[in-house]
Amino acid sequence: MDCQTITKRILNALPHAEVEVKSDDNVHFFATVIDDGFEGMSRVNRHRKVYQAIGDDMGSAIHALALTTQTHEESQ
Amino acid sequence: MNTQQKIQEQVNSHPVILYMKGTPTFPQCGFSSRVASVLKYLEVEFHSVNVLEDDEIRDGIKVFANWPTIPQLYVKGEFIGGCDIVTEMFQSGELKQLMEDQQLL
Repeated sequence: MDCQTITKRILNALPHAEVEVKSDDNVHFFATVIDDGFEGMSRVNRHRKVYQAIGDDMGSAIHALALTTQTHEESQ
Repeated sequence: MNTQQKIQEQVNSHPVILYMKGTPTFPQCGFSSRVASVLKYLEVEFHSVNVLEDDEIRDGIKVFANWPTIPQLYVKGEFIGGCDIVTEMFQSGELKQLMEDQQLL
């Protein structure tokens, strides 16, 4: 598992998003996802959307994925 | 009673419940430890469930919340989030506000 794979999967589900994924060990990941589609969505639902995009590797190959999810306005 | 029912009952019977790895005194994971610390800092009373002691709960809670990871914090039956959401809400003041609104502080 690596940052590019995670980035690709998120973009597959959220093609207009700005995605940045970082990791020191390819086991613990930090991702920032900026997408206006998040407007009006609770944090929990925004994160669920990203988890769904990543698929079954959550919890196994990806031990931890810390997320920041924002709309463009929130990220300013 | 199946696992989902058991979890539902746990979530209904404790106003603040944290599903974590380890216990608040002896956490077994950095993320779980952080959420427990935040709750202790806010002086919120909470019940904790050590998922490492029960594989059925450990797997069942992920189905229950439709959420793939532990820790999981529930307040008055509602799933609030994991470590990153709780930390974000704590830093913005939203978590303390939520606890006050729910009369838990």
